[in-house]
Amino acid sequence: MAEPRIVVVGASLAGLNAAVALRAEGFTGSITLVGSEPHRPYDRPPLSKQVLTDGWGPERVVLPAGAGEALDVTWELGVGASGLDLAGRRVELADGRALPFDGLVVATGAAPRSLPGVGSLEGVHTLRTLEDAAAVSAALDVDGVRVVVVGAGFIGAEVAASCRERGATVTLVEPLAQPLARVLVPEVGAVIAAVHRDHGVDVRLGVGVEALEGVGHVTGVRLADGTTVAADLVVVGIGVVPATGWLEGSGLTLDNGVVCDETTLAAPGVVAAGDVASWPNPRYGEVMRVEHWEHAIDMGTHAARRLLADLRGEPGEAFAPVPWFWSDQYDRKIQLAGRCRPTDAFEVVAGSLAEAKFCGLFGRDGQVVAALGMNMPGRVVRYRRELQDGLAWDDALAAARPAPAP
Amino acid sequence: MRVVVDYDLCESNAVCMGIAPEVFEVRDDDFLYVLQDEPDEALREKVQQAATRCPKQAITIEG
Repeated sequence: MAEPRIVVVGASLAGLNAAVALRAEGFTGSITLVGSEPHRPYDRPPLSKQVLTDGWGPERVVLPAGAGEALDVTWELGVGASGLDLAGRRVELADGRALPFDGLVVATGAAPRSLPGVGSLEGVHTLRTLEDAAAVSAALDVDGVRVVVVGAGFIGAEVAASCRERGATVTLVEPLAQPLARVLVPEVGAVIAAVHRDHGVDVRLGVGVEALEGVGHVTGVRLADGTTVAADLVVVGIGVVPATGWLEGSGLTLDNGVVCDETTLAAPGVVAAGDVASWPNPRYGEVMRVEHWEHAIDMGTHAARRLLADLRGEPGEAFAPVPWFWSDQYDRKIQLAGRCRPTDAFEVVAGSLAEAKFCGLFGRDGQVVAALGMNMPGRVVRYRRELQDGLAWDDALAAARPAPAP
Repeated sequence: MRVVVDYDLCESNAVCMGIAPEVFEVRDDDFLYVLQDEPDEALREKVQQAATRCPKQAITIEG
């Protein structure tokens, strides 16, 4: 039999790490990495931070493992996949070509949501690519620029912080009652809102966007409470949708991403990883789709091994990570290990909310489900290890020192 | 094997500490401390993994 061919669709963190893992596992067949962007795989976390504040260009964000030729892969960059012929084992490219494969890694990530009904006003951006970040950064070059950031999730909050560091006037608009209210308990969201207000951001909570104003170029954002905020630049950070358009009708199951089994297998010879992949995490008994940086590395690596096992006709292992991520805003570093909900119990176990330096635990059904830190990275990492083994709520609180009075 | 941390890049995410606590420790002052500059060869795989997974690519291994 000829050497097997593996196609990785998505030349980003998950896809790159899948390719790295394939080679590390000794795979000697051909690997083709398909990317819709013209760049070698690059690191996205700096897009909302150093690319905006420190002028980082493409050369600073390229991922080392994908630079040079050491990886021994064929690059198909600047041309996206347009379809999948599952039975015929071919990926169709937007330029009309088709790539035959024996094994396929789906790692096409996600695309940012746009505000509905925006039309094509200039000065309105989402933030996902280097080009997006370069455009936002260029807009911040104008003295006295007025920025409205729509959405106080992690991307929106980081962009607001970076715009303030660049000297812009910043308004942060969030329809929910607190920043990150879909994930975190209200008291932590309140700390994040306070940090932004302390840095001069006009934080508008509990109010949605009614419309964008302007002719040709945006001039303002009209809010649901009737007020209008003047704006030269609008950055929209209201979440992402998994990039599965090219898989419609392919036979793969699509439901908030590519649906995989607990081993990351989506179909025989097909795995998925990163933002695009939805799978039942047996650790939580919950179907998840995780958009974090480290998750893309871990799932890309796991999926590559799973694919090789499948090509050998062997079973795979379940993928059961404790999710972890970080977010940097001003001089605050927020880190979360685990999986929490706004309805979980929450207890500060070190530091205090008042000084915006703390570590807190989220609990549900007698178990600690997540640990969150603000400027306490060491503690979060220690709790993360304990979460791997399972951590009872009462034991964790007993082991921590009593929280100081608020 | 010698562990080198570029402290201009390091942001104390503590990923390295999660993987190789024998070598890396982020304390409550938010700074990373390298506990062993020249760890035993038996730790190479863990240290390499810590270097790969550092969100800032701040860790290099010499030798």
